[in-house]
Amino acid sequence: MLTFILKRLGLALLVAFTVSFISFSLLFLSGDPAAALAGETASGEDVEALRRLYGFDRPMLVQYGEWLFSALRGDFGESYYFKLPVASLIADRLQITMTLGVCGIVFALVTAVPLGVVAAIRPNSLIDRVALFLSVAGQAMPSFWFGLILIVVFAIQLGWLPPSGAASWKHFIMPTIVLGYYAMPAIMRLTRAGMLDVLNSDFIRTARAKGAGETRVLFKHALRNAIIPVVSLAAVQMGFMLGGSIVVESVFALHGAGYLAWESIARNDLPTVQALILVFSMFYIVFTFIADVLNAWLDPRMRSA
Amino acid sequence: MSETLLSVKNLTLDIPTGSGTLHAVRGIDFDVRRGETLSIVGESGSGKSLTSLAVMGLLGKTIKRSADEIRFADIDLLKARKRVMRDLRGNRIAMIFQEPMTSLNPAYTIGDQLTEALLLHRKVSRAAALARAVELLEKVGITAAASRLSQYPHQLSGGLRQRVMIAMALMCEPDLLIADEPTTALDVTIQAQILRLLVDLTTEMNMAMILITHDLGVVARVADKVAVMYAGELVETGPATEVFAAPSHPYTRGLLRCIPQPGKTARGAALGTIAGIVPSLVGEVTGCAFRTRCAHAIPACRDPIPQRGDASHAFRCVFADGALSEEGKVA
Repeated sequence: MLTFILKRLGLALLVAFTVSFISFSLLFLSGDPAAALAGETASGEDVEALRRLYGFDRPMLVQYGEWLFSALRGDFGESYYFKLPVASLIADRLQITMTLGVCGIVFALVTAVPLGVVAAIRPNSLIDRVALFLSVAGQAMPSFWFGLILIVVFAIQLGWLPPSGAASWKHFIMPTIVLGYYAMPAIMRLTRAGMLDVLNSDFIRTARAKGAGETRVLFKHALRNAIIPVVSLAAVQMGFMLGGSIVVESVFALHGAGYLAWESIARNDLPTVQALILVFSMFYIVFTFIADVLNAWLDPRMRSA
Repeated sequence: MSETLLSVKNLTLDIPTGSGTLHAVRGIDFDVRRGETLSIVGESGSGKSLTSLAVMGLLGKTIKRSADEIRFADIDLLKARKRVMRDLRGNRIAMIFQEPMTSLNPAYTIGDQLTEALLLHRKVSRAAALARAVELLEKVGITAAASRLSQYPHQLSGGLRQRVMIAMALMCEPDLLIADEPTTALDVTIQAQILRLLVDLTTEMNMAMILITHDLGVVARVADKVAVMYAGELVETGPATEVFAAPSHPYTRGLLRCIPQPGKTARGAALGTIAGIVPSLVGEVTGCAFRTRCAHAIPACRDPIPQRGDASHAFRCVFADGALSEEGKVA
């Protein structure tokens, strides 16, 4: 198991390094940062001066090396727009995004897994149909629309919850539901399919033949095997939620990292965009790594992989 | 004679399908005494496995079970509550399945799975259960038994897994062991070993066994009693020696011609086959199910078939002698 973890860790670092290089090159190729910084009215000399000031005239590899070494020390440079260190800017915004992401995935898992299990125990029952309806609706409904509906009902008409902002835990209820509901359908369907499959397997019959009770059969014998693909899916969705919650953050005026990414792209704030891409991809890498370790713990056959 | 351990009377299993009810098992009777081995023989799809699952109470929800009696020791299994059935399963009635490759949970160690039944049914410590597991692993011929406990199923071969399944079934010293084609999925060389092992263990533990198989060669070696099943009915039941010496039902004779018999089958001669296929059991089934493949079938085979023979060796056929006298007339 330890060898497995070390192997996966090495792999994760390699992927992280590759991602950092690719994201840096892509931004490097995507336009002239000096021109963007100088603005539309600047003269050619001004642009040249800026280019030399920020070091954009040096070879790309040199710039990448410099950027990577500062990044490793936690220094992502200064934001062109906010005039603040990028690291503290992102750290500040990440609190909101992390809170939202964690709440969202927890909400999704807590609703989707039990619903998937029940749907699998009683296929074609009323609960199964309700679960199917919920998941189809969740997949079909755009997040911004669902968010607005919630605001209209719970904030404006009923007045139970604040419509926007991030001042208290109450502000996070609706965004959590919207974000979580987006991830729920896939998790639920995968849990249901996995459980149906596992419940038909021979080792479940063996467990019953031993005299194990239904609860034990379902949770000890079946769920552990059925949940394995769900773990991988949840990890990817978690990464997506942290990086891609821009829509939800905009609807509820939560100024998180997703919103920051949108702002920075719109303003050509190169250091911030670079740092955000790196941070978001690191999240994916970290969650995939965690999912791999979890799966190896759940399924011993994966430990040798 | 020892007391009857399991008694099944008029067991019927119906499976609703899209095109009508499938009468998978129709009114079969059998009993097993303490320490005795009953072998249920038949082709694939004859209802052997369903019969064993019906005894265990492990049929799928859609299958309808009815019977005049299913009695285990002094417990009426027809009326037994779920709780009572759970207490029996893995404890007093244990089962070995035919697929050793898939019948163990891939996520748990051999030790966990071996001790599970014992920990569920008896008040023993985990250490004591593990000690018992090692003892049984050794008994079923697994080397380095103690080190196997921490291994996972995927680390063991098919033969080893089936031995683990056997050890697992024996953890609580059951009164009755149901072995559903325990050797089918294994190499021929391993088959004989596993079979020998089962016979030795039943003798040693004075355990009754229902051995389900399609292999008459297996039956001849181990069974006290044989029940020949065809398309959901028992066509012939009796002591193994009698059934093999004087098979009464045309189907039994047909089956015996399909396997080489030392001294009887001429070297180089073709083995017998039974032409035709098993009839569909969807919709009403009347008369003898074997009539479509029987060389001696007459119109009366469509009518209800009388029970022939005596209580110990019985068969169902329109002919009082099971058409034995007709045998010579057909080429």
